[in-house]
Amino acid sequence: MKGTNLGEFEELVLLTIAALMTEAYSVAICDELEKQTGRSAKLGVVHAVLNRLEEKGFVKSKLGEATSTRGGKRKRYYSITAAGKSALLKAKEVRDNLWNMIPGMSLKNI
Amino acid sequence: MESQKNIKPPRWAEKFLSWYCRPELLEDLQGDLNEYFYRNVKSKGASRARLIYILDVLKFLRLYTVRKPEFINLLINWIMLGSYVKTSGRSIMRNKLFSAINIVGLSVSMAVGLLMIGIMADLFSYDRFHENHDRIYRITSRYQWLENVNEQGNASNSMTVGKAMQESFPEVEKTAVLHTGFGGDLQFGETTVPLNGLWANESMFDVFSFELIEGNPATALKQPFSVVLTETSAKKLFGDANALGKSVTINKDRQYTITGIMKDIPRFSHMKFDLLGSISTREITKEDDHEWKWDNIWSTYVYVLMHKNSDMDAFQKKLDAYARKNDNVVPNVKVYLAYQPITDILVGEDLNNQIGATFGKITLWIFIAITGVILLSAAFNYTNLSIARSLRRSREVGVRKIIGAVKSHIIGQFVVESIIISLMALVFAFGLFVLLKPHLLSLQGDLRELLTLDISPALIGYFVLFAIVIGVMAGFMPALFFAKINAVKVLKDVSSVRVFRKVTMRKVLIVFQYCISIIFITSMLILHKQYKHYLAYDLGFTTENIVNVSLMGNKADPLIADLKTLPEVQNISRSRLIASTGNYWGTNMKSDKDPTDSALVWHNFIDENYLPLHDFKILAGTNFPAKPDSAIETEIIVNQSVLKRFNIASQIPSEAIGETVRLDNKKVTIIGVVSDFSYGKADSQNSKEVIFRYGKKEADYLNIRFLANTNWTDTRAKMEAIWKKHDPVHLMHAKLYTDQIKEGFDGLEASIKLATFMAAMAICISSLGLLGMVVFTTETRLREVSIRKVLGASEGKLIFLLGRSFIVLLVIATAISLPVTYLFFEKILLVQIGNHTAIAPFEMFAGVIGILFLAALLIGSQTFKVARANPADVLKNE
Repeated sequence: MKGTNLGEFEELVLLTIAALMTEAYSVAICDELEKQTGRSAKLGVVHAVLNRLEEKGFVKSKLGEATSTRGGKRKRYYSITAAGKSALLKAKEVRDNLWNMIPGMSLKNI
Repeated sequence: MESQKNIKPPRWAEKFLSWYCRPELLEDLQGDLNEYFYRNVKSKGASRARLIYILDVLKFLRLYTVRKPEFINLLINWIMLGSYVKTSGRSIMRNKLFSAINIVGLSVSMAVGLLMIGIMADLFSYDRFHENHDRIYRITSRYQWLENVNEQGNASNSMTVGKAMQESFPEVEKTAVLHTGFGGDLQFGETTVPLNGLWANESMFDVFSFELIEGNPATALKQPFSVVLTETSAKKLFGDANALGKSVTINKDRQYTITGIMKDIPRFSHMKFDLLGSISTREITKEDDHEWKWDNIWSTYVYVLMHKNSDMDAFQKKLDAYARKNDNVVPNVKVYLAYQPITDILVGEDLNNQIGATFGKITLWIFIAITGVILLSAAFNYTNLSIARSLRRSREVGVRKIIGAVKSHIIGQFVVESIIISLMALVFAFGLFVLLKPHLLSLQGDLRELLTLDISPALIGYFVLFAIVIGVMAGFMPALFFAKINAVKVLKDVSSVRVFRKVTMRKVLIVFQYCISIIFITSMLILHKQYKHYLAYDLGFTTENIVNVSLMGNKADPLIADLKTLPEVQNISRSRLIASTGNYWGTNMKSDKDPTDSALVWHNFIDENYLPLHDFKILAGTNFPAKPDSAIETEIIVNQSVLKRFNIASQIPSEAIGETVRLDNKKVTIIGVVSDFSYGKADSQNSKEVIFRYGKKEADYLNIRFLANTNWTDTRAKMEAIWKKHDPVHLMHAKLYTDQIKEGFDGLEASIKLATFMAAMAICISSLGLLGMVVFTTETRLREVSIRKVLGASEGKLIFLLGRSFIVLLVIATAISLPVTYLFFEKILLVQIGNHTAIAPFEMFAGVIGILFLAALLIGSQTFKVARANPADVLKNE
């Protein structure tokens, strides 16, 4: 099933889009990612991931309004699709299952 | 101050982004980058923000962002090619004058480009015939005495280094060691042939790909007294007979065996020789260990064949370490080692003591720079004229656009047109190339030896490629200009095309071209004056009616006796070297009173006839008396500078007679003082202190003074007859002293020729550029001029009106270039040359006046035509 799996960074981006709801466009996603992860998120990388997610059908996009901060260019807003939602849920499920397999004691001893 | 709103991302980066990016991704990507940019302007400042923007644009150049090429456009361009060629042809024919100006201008400059390409093609094919040329390196050296590191390195090295390469550098596969000075007169039976060659070790044929026709390459140079001849040398000595295994006598001394015959050396080899002798011979014949000394780095050449994939940086470090280990072998002397790829020898670093002629990096760069300037200048001319002509073509472009041509089609059309013009120019340029080739080669002796400029298919290929590149270069700007024309506006009103928007650029161009012309022509005149000055320079002795004959090892006395029988010979003297022709022979002299006061002085061995024959001015004391060959050296004659240097007898010549100095650890007495004269060359600033020593048997030359009005050609024939009796092997080398002096300035003469040629070129190009501009300006102002005329302007006034702006440009060009030339010569170039003459107003202004006159003629002829035109004819047509 190569191509529909989520990479770690893809998952993060997808989650951010979901979290930002109607304000999810590239720059805002970068900022939010930086805020949440503490790592610097490069626009080029995020842009490539967004493009890939759209190709896989996990997100869809539409052009929004133009603002002066963008030199009169419109923003492209992303929103999550049903496929995206199920991919996220599946990823969460995998993790939850794995977490549940770890007995409480064994982690504390490490 | 720049307000933050006005700070914009770099335009070219924006353009680049929109050029490569897919249209559907473009807008929001631009927006994102803008947002970041304005954010960065606030937090990091404008310049950093710009830099980040540029980097981001480059970073976004990825597979998924790049627009797919529009094949349909390419296809249309291809289909339209025929149409482009046809319209280009028509347009070239319609504007015959402009086309002619363009073609001539381009072809003149392209001829220079072709010469340059020819030179480069020759230079970069040197030494490529060696199979392993990418692994062969020459080990070069640099000499340091105390703290004085020699500015230039040496191509040569020491025997010691050659041996070390073989023994203690494992990354070296094979080492070829060459040593100068092998050869002489080879004798086999009755035939004697003089040949020049090198000593070489047995690895010679492993390192280099010189091909042996006969003999075993592995062992040919192993045994002492082995000789390898080239095919031509063997033919000279043995005719068609088999040479291998024969034994020959060299210099009537030792017997050598021919162990190999090699193919003649390819034309493009940096080393040339007639024969090779086994270097192991020197082990037997050597008189002392001098040549094995660490600092004897003057006559050996070391070439190494490296193992494949050797780390050359590590090799250099090892060379350094090895050289430092030997620092104390010779007191106060350090030798630095470096490596140089064999393919770099011709055009690489300028080194002393080369094994053969080289071109040199500096010369090559000067050539390239001059060619570049001339080519750019001509390409600009084309651009300039094409845009100026745009009024006539803009309607055509408008129609094309309305029918459906896009930008790239218009660009295609005009680039095709300029390529056609440039290919037509190539035909003329090629003619010029053939015409100029012999002149270039005869510019200097070395050039003819180094270059062939032979025309090969590859070279023709380069030429065509070059013409296409020039065509694209020259045509691209006008093409872009036409592509931007707004079709609707043009069709409504032609005059709405703003042709002269960049008028300043054009003016700058004309000024620039005229600056170049003036600089070249003035330089040429200044150099010419220096040349004349040096030829007429008072050397301090006479050279008139004197012929110098090289003795070539023959006995002097019988030759002199025979030559004296010629009635036109006035007197004959002997000398070690010919003064003032660029030869130097130095020795160390010490003051007798203060042994620590020693200095390098230049010397010449002469006989008793030398000074009077050359009319030297003896200030005090006497000339040498005649002495037998066996006489011990006790006396010298010095010049005034020697007295000054050692402060002998308070520098008074008459007092100095009888003073003693130490020479070669012998005490010698000064018996005469001559006034200072030119020892090395008229333009030499050193070699002031000169001493004369008596030494008949040290002489290498005869100086023969003839009676005035002797016919040299006839006398030469008579002398040759006498020479043949004494030396049947060698040709007589006799030259007029004045010719030898002149030869010493061959380099300067070559520079003058080059400057003259360049000046002609530059003047031609700038005149054509100016002519084009003038024709265009006057034509577009035809109506204005006619109206003025109707209103009562006089012809003179009109000519002035039209020509004024051009005259101003020429004056500006003069004002820039004259001081530049003057300062360059006065402050930089001439200071380095000794005994130069001052720059006079004539050289400064003659060229400028000539150029200005020519320009005035050009402007005048065109403006006059327009001013004389009948206004009724012009205005009626409207």
